[in-house]
Amino acid sequence: MATAEARVHGSPGAEAKSGGTYAGGIWSWITTVDHKRIGILYFVSSLAFFLIGGIEAMLIRLQLAGPENTLLSAQAYNQIFTMHGVTMLLFAVMPMSAAFFNFIVPLQIGARDVAFPRLNAFSYWLFLFGALFLNSSFFLGGAPDVGWFAYANLTSSQFSPGHGVDFYILGLALAGAGSIVAALNFIVTIINLRAPGMTFMRLPLFTWMTFVVSFLIILAFPPFTISTVFLLFDRMFGTLFFEPAGGGDPRLWQHLFWIFGHPEVYILILPAFGIISDVIPTFSRKPLFGYPVVVYSGVLIAFLGFGVWAHHMFSVGLGPVANSAFSGLTMLIAIPTGVKIFNWIATMWGGSLRFRTAMLFSIGLVAMFVIGGLSGVMHSSAPADLQQTDTYFVVAHFHYVLFGGSILGLFAGVYYWFPKVTGRFLNERLGAVHFWGMFLGLNLTFFPMHFAGLHGQPRRTFTYPAGLGFEGFNLVSTIGAVITFLAVLVFLVNLVRSLRTAATAGANPWEASTLEWSIGSPPPPHNFDHTPGVTSRDPLWHDGIAPPPPGEEEFHMPNPSFWPLVVAGGLLLIMAGALVGLPLVLFGVAVTLVGIYGWSFEPIH
Amino acid sequence: MTDGRPRYPGHRRILVFATLAIALVAAACGGDFPQSSLRPQSDVAREIDTLFRGIFWWAMGVLVVVEGALIVAIIRFRERPGADKPKPVHGNTALEIGWTLAPAIILIFIGVPTMITLWRIDRPPPSSDVRVEVIGHQWWWEFNYPDLGVRTANELHLPVGRTADLRLKTADVIHSFWFPQVSGKRDLVPGTENQLWFTPDSVGMYPGQCAEFCGTSHALMGMRLFVDTPEEFDRWVAREASQQEAGAEPRPSDDPSVLAGREIFFGAGGCISCHAIRGTTAAGILGPDLTHVGSRSTIAAGTLDNTPDKLVIWINEPHEVKPGNLMLDMGLSDEQARQVAAYLLSLE
Repeated sequence: MATAEARVHGSPGAEAKSGGTYAGGIWSWITTVDHKRIGILYFVSSLAFFLIGGIEAMLIRLQLAGPENTLLSAQAYNQIFTMHGVTMLLFAVMPMSAAFFNFIVPLQIGARDVAFPRLNAFSYWLFLFGALFLNSSFFLGGAPDVGWFAYANLTSSQFSPGHGVDFYILGLALAGAGSIVAALNFIVTIINLRAPGMTFMRLPLFTWMTFVVSFLIILAFPPFTISTVFLLFDRMFGTLFFEPAGGGDPRLWQHLFWIFGHPEVYILILPAFGIISDVIPTFSRKPLFGYPVVVYSGVLIAFLGFGVWAHHMFSVGLGPVANSAFSGLTMLIAIPTGVKIFNWIATMWGGSLRFRTAMLFSIGLVAMFVIGGLSGVMHSSAPADLQQTDTYFVVAHFHYVLFGGSILGLFAGVYYWFPKVTGRFLNERLGAVHFWGMFLGLNLTFFPMHFAGLHGQPRRTFTYPAGLGFEGFNLVSTIGAVITFLAVLVFLVNLVRSLRTAATAGANPWEASTLEWSIGSPPPPHNFDHTPGVTSRDPLWHDGIAPPPPGEEEFHMPNPSFWPLVVAGGLLLIMAGALVGLPLVLFGVAVTLVGIYGWSFEPIH
Repeated sequence: MTDGRPRYPGHRRILVFATLAIALVAAACGGDFPQSSLRPQSDVAREIDTLFRGIFWWAMGVLVVVEGALIVAIIRFRERPGADKPKPVHGNTALEIGWTLAPAIILIFIGVPTMITLWRIDRPPPSSDVRVEVIGHQWWWEFNYPDLGVRTANELHLPVGRTADLRLKTADVIHSFWFPQVSGKRDLVPGTENQLWFTPDSVGMYPGQCAEFCGTSHALMGMRLFVDTPEEFDRWVAREASQQEAGAEPRPSDDPSVLAGREIFFGAGGCISCHAIRGTTAAGILGPDLTHVGSRSTIAAGTLDNTPDKLVIWINEPHEVKPGNLMLDMGLSDEQARQVAAYLLSLE
């Protein structure tokens, strides 16, 4: 390793020792502010929640395997389908994207860390505490049972007297704050920490989509936070924001929720688009076709995403003017999305395709997302959607987008960057089994749901009667879910086995073009011995890295810190106090203030 | 894995997928689907169905072209030993403009019919031949016909060929009114009144159910639509609008269990605190109006057939049948429940 050339500054205890290794032990992980280790923490946590959400999905499918099944009670089913949605969207897919933002983005832009390393650790702890807090409700009187969309006025203290909804509000407040803080961090990082010559139009697509998604997060989460605060006030202090008897309106929740909820869909899918926009060129051995258009279409999708929320509300009765406007705007999204699909195919066209597992998952995304996108066009048409909304047709649609899109994309990222993160390869044979199992499983699970929905099966029902013709579709879906689950187990076996193999990956095993592949695998704590000077969009394919200037480069690596954990812990205590009592709230406030004080006056270097 | 040997997606696997897909589609199109949105039985449902089928075929066209291009690329451009490194093409402006415009043009063919249909169905009803007030409750439906003096629950009757003008309200949370074969959904939102209209064009029975998650037993908030001939409908209205005889003296011809059931209904059973039987002292408003419950085909919002046995189950185990609902388990013996059931079924 060339670390000897670089001199890394850090006080004793700094995790980045001058020798280029990490301190060991659990404490070093708890206090880490290193973007790569935080990325790994995000990955492990999100994988755990992916498994929890997957078990919830299995319970749902087993309950619905046949008509009038009694495996789950109505109450249990409603909690589980609510938590399946919340967990998969906010605690599995989003943080797994965040794992890649953390690990990969600084490497792709030639930086040594994110702009605010301690804030980065703080984001992680907020996400973890929010997720654990919300899931603890299963053991503390019952999880929320109102759907992830939690429509008012079902969530009022009259109709949901238990604490499930309170856990939902408070847990998502924590996790949401973590997302906003992380998004700000990545915006500042991508704007300010790009290596010399790494102009915006040379950014790898994954970094571009991280940038776009970060803006989506800071714009979309506040309306959601506001609506949950309204709800909290309605439930705890007797306000009437959503109560028509007092001049409120339950539709207000729907507007605020979907102004968040629709951009959230793009928060979930754009990182996956970014991943495969890096993977497909690598395994096609050809640069991304129409780079500027792929970038602009990503930005346009995000922009349009804020103007289409009421397409979730066509049946609410907003009138023909609103429904026409939202119908038309929603259709427009098909254009930039279609452009991306065509550009990916054109990238492969004329290439020399290597079907590594990462490539299989990327191609799988393109193939599946087309199906989800086309059913999306079907219900952008408001009159058609009046038949489709709240049926299994919609469940089919968004699982093709979120499973066929986001999750396949994230697995593409896992297989692609695993050698970079660990220095080891995931087994390609098991990878292929994983991919084909998942591909078969997801299609068996979700394709029949199109028919079930069009033939009249509503969603969010814990049971369905025999005789309406739903039995066959549901049985096939359940079989598909079992296959999908087994495929995930194959992945876990692959993960564990591969971690025991020798670290033979080397710097650039896939012959990829972007900066993260210019350094060792796993990367040293300080990432780059010399800040790279970039002269091309695909630097590793075009000798696009300027030779380092002579002499040593001086830089500082941040110290580890436990203060982010203290502040996040204080906020967790405040949230718990909202359910337990004022003294705990005040204690939480005290812990938070002490944490902020300690954080502020902690020596950085 | 770094030996450079490419892996091909097996053609056999693609074949298996294709066979499975075709089998699925075949299974999905045949069969009996009484609640299907693809079997329209009204003017509005037919308009939506026609619109959907148009969009569906455009989508199929796009699907075949895009997936086809993807499959061709996968097969044609897989890595071959000894081949040159591919040409680094960075883009092609004409092509990219082309595939930006192509979806835009297709969207015109989808958007224009969408707007036409939308403005035709999302407007006040062309006429209101039968007015019905629909009130959603956790978890049953109240149907009032203000012009006809009818108040019933869970089973909606409409005359064929006449435009139904529905006003939708809710007594508690948001519900969504949905009979797929005659109309799309329309929500019942607290604090507002929504409107929905359609003209059923075929006589028959059509199941429907609540389509917006509304709490614990959302899944069990079913209903039935009976589209009757005008004569049948008039007969139904005449019967439903009539009252039961108030406090009629028992006649010797009366079934004794009916009489006993009535005794319990108005007394120890406590039924009248929630249920009404027009013409009697039972005037509760929390539960469905039972004036003519004996003539309904189902009970508990489409959950159970209206038979003596099922009524006994419903009366004695209301929370087993429908978790979380407001009906109280009054602790009646099986014998008493059987008598109440007999009384209810006598209310035709």
